[in-house]
Amino acid sequence: MTAPVFLLLAVLVVAAALTVVAHPSPVYSACALVVTLFLLSVFFVALDAQLVAVLQVIVYAGAIVVLFLFVIMLLNLTQPESRPTAGVPVVAVAIGGGIGIAALVAAALRRVPPPGAPVLPEGFGDTAALARRLFTAYLLPFELTSVLLLVAIVGAVGLTSRKG
Amino acid sequence: MPVDVAIAAAKVLFALFLALQVMGLGVFFERKVSALIQDRIGANRAAIFGFAGLGLVNTLVADPIKFLLKEDITPAQADRFLHFVAPCASLVPALATFAVVPFGDVLAVGGRLINLQGAELNVGLLFVLAMASLGVYGVVLAGWASNNRWSLLGGIRGSAQMISYEVAMGLALIGVVLTYNTLDLQEIARAQGRLLWGWVPAWGILYQPLAFVVFLVAGIAESKRIPFDLPESESELVSGYFTEYSGAKHLMFMMSDFVEVVLVAALVTTLFFGGWQVPYLAREGFHFPWGTAVALPLLVVALLQVTAVAVKAIAFTWLQIVIRWTLPRFRYDQLMRLGWKGLLPVSLANVMVSALLVLLAERGA
Amino acid sequence: MLPGAPLTWYLGLSAVVFAIGAVGVLVRRNIIVIFMAIELMLNAVNLTFVAFARSLGSMDGQVIVFFVMTVAAAEAAVGLAIILALFRNRETTNADELVTLRW
Repeated sequence: MTAPVFLLLAVLVVAAALTVVAHPSPVYSACALVVTLFLLSVFFVALDAQLVAVLQVIVYAGAIVVLFLFVIMLLNLTQPESRPTAGVPVVAVAIGGGIGIAALVAAALRRVPPPGAPVLPEGFGDTAALARRLFTAYLLPFELTSVLLLVAIVGAVGLTSRKG
Repeated sequence: MPVDVAIAAAKVLFALFLALQVMGLGVFFERKVSALIQDRIGANRAAIFGFAGLGLVNTLVADPIKFLLKEDITPAQADRFLHFVAPCASLVPALATFAVVPFGDVLAVGGRLINLQGAELNVGLLFVLAMASLGVYGVVLAGWASNNRWSLLGGIRGSAQMISYEVAMGLALIGVVLTYNTLDLQEIARAQGRLLWGWVPAWGILYQPLAFVVFLVAGIAESKRIPFDLPESESELVSGYFTEYSGAKHLMFMMSDFVEVVLVAALVTTLFFGGWQVPYLAREGFHFPWGTAVALPLLVVALLQVTAVAVKAIAFTWLQIVIRWTLPRFRYDQLMRLGWKGLLPVSLANVMVSALLVLLAERGA
Repeated sequence: MLPGAPLTWYLGLSAVVFAIGAVGVLVRRNIIVIFMAIELMLNAVNLTFVAFARSLGSMDGQVIVFFVMTVAAAEAAVGLAIILALFRNRETTNADELVTLRW
């Protein structure tokens, strides 16, 4: 990936993220979210994280946002809202806070010296490399995550099933 | 570097070309095979200066021209942008998947060996699943953007069906990954070139028969073909989620239907039937088990392999067409029951048994 | 120097997306869009983790991203179930009206 490509994709990501947040119609927000997630997946591929990139598309863009769209359609919330955002004072404070967060991170970045370019091990970002770390050092969190998913499934079904 | 880009572009274009040709043949087969099954002749009226070509002119020339010349109507009060985007969102992921389907072994061009696969991803199988999950958006957006409550119903049903069968498809693929220890489709195709007991080609169907059945059924359900075509339901919901589409956009939906048929066929051949492997054909030529060896130049070998992939893909396309015109449609609850209570436990059991067998084979070896 | 840009640029992009998500949570009133803004924040953090994983040469960053994705999926499922149950009761998705727990 070269610098102009990075800049182009970064601009597109920011534009899509702004659409998610600012568009009055929830359906368009969901579509913009898919675009953002897909573009982030492109960044992951450039950063030698191929498995994570594909998982991002499968799990995030392909399942979670589909779930969002389903709920939007089921509840028929598809109409563009007449007043999508809160009042002007709240918006002003929120945008100020957002700029504050970004400025804080920028200031922090200036103080931290960037790490040098390391020699990447063979097969970095590969399925095998991720699996090796996952099933040795991170085995316990992996098992706990499976329990978490089970709890989430039971919870989701329990919250939405009608009695009787 | 530009040479690499040119070679990659050429490979991708060739894979797409192959896919679209088989798709065109698939449309033709659909007409003629359905006619054979229903004891009629099928479309044979269109002709160019008297040459009718048994209906080839009708299907491959007249049909697309008809679609392209029809008026493109967007319903009133429908969401114009999403109405326009939905057919693209349906077609593009289906076509993009062909980038990882291998259509040959290697070809020697100007001193370097190029791998005959559009994009050499080491997570190829997951890319297939990723594109399959992106295909859901075309359906649900088409259903919603038509401002038609029956289209919306078809769209929601269609997307629910697609995400249900994606799970079974993914789990069936895990069995394949366990057997070949790789996610790269080209490596899986190469690994099927070995010979078992000296003369049987070690195709995937011998190792994972259950995964083949699950994957084929789930693939047909993903592409919303009969018997799983409740979202489209030609006789019930008019055209379901693409009722309000006419002209070129309708053509794109029909195309995506056939492209997915060819995609399922191509994936089944790559994973379970050796892909481009011709039995007893290696890179140097034929090595028959009874001792004869025929040396062939690499170009001829590559051509034979591409032909093999095309023939096998056509065979599975034909199979899906015959299934379509033979079986009645599943009811929605039967469909969901089959996906969640039928295919999912079967594919899970397949994963567990495969893992056990792989472990025992490693211990034994 | 990571592919395409130095590490600070990736972190800067991630900070911008995070900030956009945070503003979205504070400003929008439709709870589904608030939820989408939360997903945006999670993804910005994912980008940070992957960028650091690449720049430090360690796979741990990518393993954490794997876990973040799983947890986000679980959270999305339960959160949307809560929204569905809420909607059934109160017929609204306006966050300003869902205030019964406020003192």
